[in-house]
Amino acid sequence: MRIQCPFCGDRDLSEFAYFGAANVERPDPFAADAPARFFEAVYLRDNPAGAHLELWYHAYGCRSWLRVARNTRTHEITGAALAKEHHATTAEGS
Amino acid sequence: MSASKNEAAMPNRLPAHGLVDRKQLLSFKFDGRHYSGFAGDTLASALLGAGVRLIGRSFKYHRPRGVLTAGSEEPNALVELRSGARREANTRATVAEIYEGLEARSQNRWPSLEFDAGVINSLLSPIFVAGFYYKTFMWPAALWEKLYEPVIRRAAGLGRASLEADPDTYEKSHAFCDVLIVGAGPAGLAAALAAGRAGARVILCDEDFLLGGRLNAERTEIDDSSGRDWARHIEAELRSLPEVRIFPRTTVFGAYDDGLSGARTFGALERVSDHLSTPPVHQPRQRLWKLIAKRCVLAAGAVERPIVFGGNDRPGVMMASAVRTYLNRFAVVPGRRVALFSCCDDGWNTAFDLIDAGVRVEAIVDARPMVAPPLMDRAGRVQVPVYVGAQVIETRGSRSLGAIKLRERDGRLRRLSADALAVSGGWNPSIALSTHLGGRPRWSNHISAFVPGESPRGMTVAGAAAGSFTLSGALREGAAAGAAAAAAAGFTLAAPPLWRAPDEASGVAPFWHVAESKTKAFVDFQHDVTSDDVALAAREGFRSVELLKRYTTLGMATDQGKTSNINGHAIMAALTERTIPEVGTTTARPPYTPVAIGAFAGPHRGKQFSPTRLTAGHGWAEERGAAFVEAGQWLRAQWFAAPGEKHWRDTVSREVTAVRSGVGVCDVSTLGKIDIQGLDAAAFLDRVYINMFSTLNLGKVRYGLMLREDGMVMDDGTTARIGENHYLMSTTTANAAKVMQHLEHARQVLWPEFDVQMVSVTEQWSQYAIAGPDSRRLLECLLGDAVDVSNNAFPYLACAEFQWRGIPARLFRISFSGELAYELAVPARYGDAALRAIMTAGDDFFVVPYGTEALGVMRIEKGHVAGNELNGTTTAEDLGFGRMMSKKKDFIGRVLSARPGLTDPHRPALVGVKPVQPSAQLYAGAHFLALNADATLENDQGYITSVAFSPMLKGWIGLGLLTRGPTRHGERMRAHSPVRGGDVAVDIVSPVFFDPQGARLHV
Repeated sequence: MRIQCPFCGDRDLSEFAYFGAANVERPDPFAADAPARFFEAVYLRDNPAGAHLELWYHAYGCRSWLRVARNTRTHEITGAALAKEHHATTAEGS
Repeated sequence: MSASKNEAAMPNRLPAHGLVDRKQLLSFKFDGRHYSGFAGDTLASALLGAGVRLIGRSFKYHRPRGVLTAGSEEPNALVELRSGARREANTRATVAEIYEGLEARSQNRWPSLEFDAGVINSLLSPIFVAGFYYKTFMWPAALWEKLYEPVIRRAAGLGRASLEADPDTYEKSHAFCDVLIVGAGPAGLAAALAAGRAGARVILCDEDFLLGGRLNAERTEIDDSSGRDWARHIEAELRSLPEVRIFPRTTVFGAYDDGLSGARTFGALERVSDHLSTPPVHQPRQRLWKLIAKRCVLAAGAVERPIVFGGNDRPGVMMASAVRTYLNRFAVVPGRRVALFSCCDDGWNTAFDLIDAGVRVEAIVDARPMVAPPLMDRAGRVQVPVYVGAQVIETRGSRSLGAIKLRERDGRLRRLSADALAVSGGWNPSIALSTHLGGRPRWSNHISAFVPGESPRGMTVAGAAAGSFTLSGALREGAAAGAAAAAAAGFTLAAPPLWRAPDEASGVAPFWHVAESKTKAFVDFQHDVTSDDVALAAREGFRSVELLKRYTTLGMATDQGKTSNINGHAIMAALTERTIPEVGTTTARPPYTPVAIGAFAGPHRGKQFSPTRLTAGHGWAEERGAAFVEAGQWLRAQWFAAPGEKHWRDTVSREVTAVRSGVGVCDVSTLGKIDIQGLDAAAFLDRVYINMFSTLNLGKVRYGLMLREDGMVMDDGTTARIGENHYLMSTTTANAAKVMQHLEHARQVLWPEFDVQMVSVTEQWSQYAIAGPDSRRLLECLLGDAVDVSNNAFPYLACAEFQWRGIPARLFRISFSGELAYELAVPARYGDAALRAIMTAGDDFFVVPYGTEALGVMRIEKGHVAGNELNGTTTAEDLGFGRMMSKKKDFIGRVLSARPGLTDPHRPALVGVKPVQPSAQLYAGAHFLALNADATLENDQGYITSVAFSPMLKGWIGLGLLTRGPTRHGERMRAHSPVRGGDVAVDIVSPVFFDPQGARLHV
């Protein structure tokens, strides 16, 4: 499997470390239901057969955290973006 | 050596022709006997040429076996190759190239290949039927381990692996191309030339050492030259193209995932030195390639399939195409009186080739009711008896073939003398790479075989692999696929190359099994699976191909059923009155042919499994006679034994006593160091540590603890504020990379709005702890005017950056030992010099170097937690840091650390332990039990995490995690260690054994 790092280019899987689902936001720690929401964010995961957005860390490269769109059935990767920039765009959009 | 002597040594070698180099005579040994062959021979062709037909004994029944094929699909001719540490088991003689001095041995025979006691298994064959593991020897179970299994393992099996370490090296490499072509037969060569002429970067791989595939084994013509000359000619042009790389002896064994760019990764094994006795200097034995290709043309050819009939495993029975290979490529005849058993037109070529070479062909037996008239005419012209609609039902001969028995169309039985029988059941396209990613093959009635269904994206299948069995078809499809693949990668070719080749007859009728055979008819030669086993599986309900496979072990040997799977499935289909597509086929998975584990490991074994990291002071420590210990990838000095010290504990006690009474030096460079800068650096650290760092004054250091988001402790260390927006964090040695990843996650994913940057500087700075009551005096001598180290100017937890002897230096007043102590940091390239300077300045104070053991003893004496306590299951509260958790801010792990389970007062928490008997030893891992309690899980109250012999307390001390521990100081318990045998009464005490007030820190 190869991941196209926006900074380093197309790189081999062995350079990356997997983290988990990328669509999990850190909940508001001061919300009334923070314990329940943190529990969900830390432990509960969807296990989709198909499209999955996930975080990968380019440990043996630029140390960027990436949001990678991968198909869990085929390992097809349809996108990889810097996690940092994703955050900036969603913040602007909202 | 004279020609006549050659002939004597190679009775089955023809005097001329073939693609072997007759000028290079090579001698080799098989089962201790000397033989000769030519350069260009495989072990199989050389043995056949020398008249050797018996190569090994079969897996279960110890039946004599010879050579069945001439390729990588070989199930029978498996040998132990080489000797000593280089001995490799189950090597296929059909692909092993001979070299001068080669040694090979037959397998699975005792005491000898000719006389094998294990043949008694044939008589026991009712026991060894399909599923015998599940049915036989069921009771008594106790006998399994002691009797049945050892006996079965001795009786059934293949070669022996060497028990010595492999002396050779293996490499791993990446290569990139526009078009990868798998297979260098006619289709592959045509594809490579079309893509190469277009200018694409081409990689052409073939498992053979000679390019050309079947062209080297056939007498076909392309344009006006022979097929083999055409192959040499194309190869020459390919070698002249700068963007074409040719990898002979390289098997593409797997197709893997593709990336965003569409380029797909393929695994390939290059046998760099397998054809030599030992690898050349600086060359590996094998090289594992990751080939990244934008497009792939699969031109892997096809594998001829056997027919299942009684005695079809007898040496002398051989695939018809293999007979042609040995004849045309190696100039070796497999026998003097050859018969053919076929159900396809292609098989007949074997008879014609043999006749043209002067070999007597006894009969052509074709199972089809009708054969095309041109074939009949041609057979008639050479006067070979032809039996159409007939079947070979049995073979005879001791150790190798002597006669065959056939049943003619009208039912008459006929016995024919023959010392070789060529068999062709048609061809199976080699489609494995097209199915590795889940593609399902499609059944073709036209060729009675599976052909690729939907291939992986970017892969085209051409030639025989696609089911096109004519040479003209292979050339046409190959050229078109190569040109299209290059075009898809952006390289266009005005006109794909065109060649003229015959559309030879390739008719085939499905024929799998001679049902009336009375003797064992083998489906899977390597695993000794017979047609009766398949029938038994059908009767007992194991009718799905996946169950058939597991029940009979069909296709599960090292050949992965290349010659057997389809036959087994076809017999199952017939028995259960289904079609072959209805029965289906099993899934092929990588690797296509066996790959040595050594190739996957590559250079990463033994000491090279991961890098060894040395500190700048390593050489100095070696000079001082340090013993080293692995700490992650680092080597750290464990202790520095002095002359006369008999036990390492004496050394460590001396080092501790010296530090606590004078001064010592310890290399602490391996601790992780992360430089953190930015306007939001302070706010960022507040989020990752449980305690506050924004309130830390400039020029100060603070101990910090960080949690994972689940509330468990992740790591600890000190962080210094060396500028308004500039911090220097230290981590434990083991967790440095993990903490870096964690911080980058927080910075980039959780809070990208923060203005903060960080970089690891672990390797950029050397750092030395200088500890003990005399440490300040030593530093005064060492640093002079560079920095004022007086207690007023530089109190406990102060830090400073300054210039010292013209280099930048940093000093921190921090202490792991509990003594007055400092850590001095210098750029790593001055680390060695700085360490020597410290020792020189310390000479007057009798400074001692100390290692990680003394460091560990002193931290246990002080109750400081370390890796044993930061074990991923402890909370800040458990370790006595509950009150450090700031209530004024949020931080990673705060919310979940408040969960009921993590705040339960009954949780095991940090205590100190001392044995009641001062002389008693403690063991880490011992569990706490009430004095009278039984050693059961229910009575378990916690465990000891760290122990040490304390020279200060003159006895063993330990730290542990005990339920409600902090409230139980003064209690007496048992520390029970069933693993190490200790069971001692201990007193629960404060974890701080030495200088509980910390007075020594502040002097």
